[in-house]
Amino acid sequence: MKTLFKNARLIDPEAETDALGWLLVEGGTILAIGTGQPPAADNVIDCARKCLAPGIVDIGVKVCEPGERHKESFGSAGAAAAAGGVTTMVTRPDTQPAIDTPEVLEFVTRRAREASPVRIKPMAALTKGREGREMVEIGFLQDAGAVAFTDGDQVVENNKVLSRAMTYARSLGALVIAHPQDPGLSAGASATSGKFASLRGLPAVSPMAERMALDRDLALVEMTGVKYHADQITTARALPALERAKGNGRDVTAGVSIHHLTLNELDVGDYRTFFKVKPPLRAETDRVALVEAVASGLIDVICSMHTPQDEESKRLPYEEAAAGAVALETLLPAALRLVHADAIALPRLWRALSLNPARRLGLDTGRLATGAPADLVLFDPDAPFVLDRFTLRSKSLNTPFDGARMQGRVLGTWVAGKHIFEGG
Amino acid sequence: MTFRARHLLGIEPLKPDEIRTVLDLSEHYVDLNRSPEKHADVLRGMTQINMFFEASTRTQASFEIAGKRLGADVMNMAMQASSIKKGETLIDTALTLNAMHPDLLVVRQPNSGAVDLLAQKVNCAVLNAGDGRHEHPTQALLDALTIRRAKGRLQRLTVAICGDIAHSRVARSNILLLGKMENRVRLIGPPTLIPARAADFGVEVYDDMRAGLEGADVVMMLRLQKERMDGGFIPSEREYFHRYGLDAEKLAYAKDDAIVMHPGPMNRGVEIDGTIADDINRSVIQEQVEMGVAVRMAAMDLLAQNLRAARAGDGGIYV
Repeated sequence: MKTLFKNARLIDPEAETDALGWLLVEGGTILAIGTGQPPAADNVIDCARKCLAPGIVDIGVKVCEPGERHKESFGSAGAAAAAGGVTTMVTRPDTQPAIDTPEVLEFVTRRAREASPVRIKPMAALTKGREGREMVEIGFLQDAGAVAFTDGDQVVENNKVLSRAMTYARSLGALVIAHPQDPGLSAGASATSGKFASLRGLPAVSPMAERMALDRDLALVEMTGVKYHADQITTARALPALERAKGNGRDVTAGVSIHHLTLNELDVGDYRTFFKVKPPLRAETDRVALVEAVASGLIDVICSMHTPQDEESKRLPYEEAAAGAVALETLLPAALRLVHADAIALPRLWRALSLNPARRLGLDTGRLATGAPADLVLFDPDAPFVLDRFTLRSKSLNTPFDGARMQGRVLGTWVAGKHIFEGG
Repeated sequence: MTFRARHLLGIEPLKPDEIRTVLDLSEHYVDLNRSPEKHADVLRGMTQINMFFEASTRTQASFEIAGKRLGADVMNMAMQASSIKKGETLIDTALTLNAMHPDLLVVRQPNSGAVDLLAQKVNCAVLNAGDGRHEHPTQALLDALTIRRAKGRLQRLTVAICGDIAHSRVARSNILLLGKMENRVRLIGPPTLIPARAADFGVEVYDDMRAGLEGADVVMMLRLQKERMDGGFIPSEREYFHRYGLDAEKLAYAKDDAIVMHPGPMNRGVEIDGTIADDINRSVIQEQVEMGVAVRMAAMDLLAQNLRAARAGDGGIYV
């Protein structure tokens, strides 16, 4: 059966084009793309000149299975992803217990297959129990489907442990993802040091903690030759180090969370804990530098860093409240803020949302090309709405965008040609 | 009346007029407290609960005396020993107390912003008696009253705040208040105890105490909060006293009529020399304690008036 998407604004991140045309899908893959007179098909979808783009590939989604299913499950996260135009969730291993053995990974894969309408690509821990002491069975986990290895926000402090894990990972071609944050300087911090944190009396961390940890990681990358991805670069100060490493030909990429691209430290206001994320929100000058870095391609990947927290974990004094925000459903409209602000063109934005993350993980998705999997999102980039957090599909509703005016509605989502979400 | 707030959570939201209103009314209570008949009945029938999640002797006693002199039923809850230890959250504790219909809730909490959070969940007036490193508004008000009485004005003065600024809510509230009233504020301390970007607060920052004290009208010493130290902010107490302890030699750099203040409790020989603290010509430390009761009476009086007005349906009072 052939499905035709006609009259669509095709957002092609590879060619970086944004033009009207049609797209033909058969058997879960893209059969043909063109302009002008569309071919015949069994099923025709008139896109009414809205945007058709490859589905988002989101690196770093926390699905709280196993361990904290009351916060998020594969079912609820999958529904949220579908509604947000995310067709591949690359899940984090910072669950309870951590995903550090092939057996736990198999549980995750099975649950994902049963419950999630979107693709799940799991990451595994880099060290056992994410304790930074012994490396996991990287080979077995890779065979079981792990697409990358990371201890999440738990930094491997011991350089010897990390260098050995990286060396071993390199021999298998495995991608190591790290959270560049000096553990000593950032201990106990819940804000970025500066005037705002000082006046609010919040324990704070210097932006320098990120650069120091990135410098350390990049030295070990140079030493071991491993494929390395920094999960979130959030400060202007870390960017030159990243640029140098890339210039020297290291196999290095970096991501940034949507919150660090669209919010700053002042949004915390009167201790609003839904704005507490890790690393903490930064200064406006950092945010602006990060947007430029995404536009220039220095930062490769935009992710949601979807971190569900229940109300109890957030209804606490700011210092004690849990960090993290849900973002699967708000990633797309929040990212479109950058387009509406003329900071970045839509196809370039989509490189960071779909093409680059897919490439980095060796996935075939993220492209609008003949032969690629038909993972697609149809959206109206201009449709305005006010976000009501109680409409979110996640089990946890901890979004910083509650009540925010946003633009960009998902009209439909397809995974392997299958229509999994229809929006209004 | 220009004091329109529902709670006293910090100095930050107050306008200069509101600060003046509190201080003017405090003068009345200073007189009352010095008279043999110390009772007023502006809080008669009202219930005041003091919730102290952190140890406190003087602030709690001051609030208790203030409430009793105004005729409130005052209850002290030692929160360190109570349900918080049993795992109850701050908000649940607040809701439980709220159900007992208190009128005034005086709260001290070790986390910055925690009193704001609590105030959102109750329908009585909340007074912040210190939240983490954030604010301690009644301390700043009593300091302001002390300064105004000693100097005859509360503007165009040079006030040097010395010591552990980074961990001090007293310093933050005082910086805000003195700035709003158009004074020149200097912060003096080792750089490890000065908060990040302090110069952006509209103050001058000194690490040399003598330079910082030059020409000061008011010298405000802070307690070196040993219990807050992670360790390693200063090399030793004796080196701290040598460089930042207030003694006669360093005080000589301030104006001849400069007054010396301390929010207490003092560490004699750490941040202040005992003879300076006891010098009745310079030290106003005892007067600060006296003003504390008067200021707290004034603040509770004003909040109670607003509370009554709000309950009587006179809506516009809540801002």
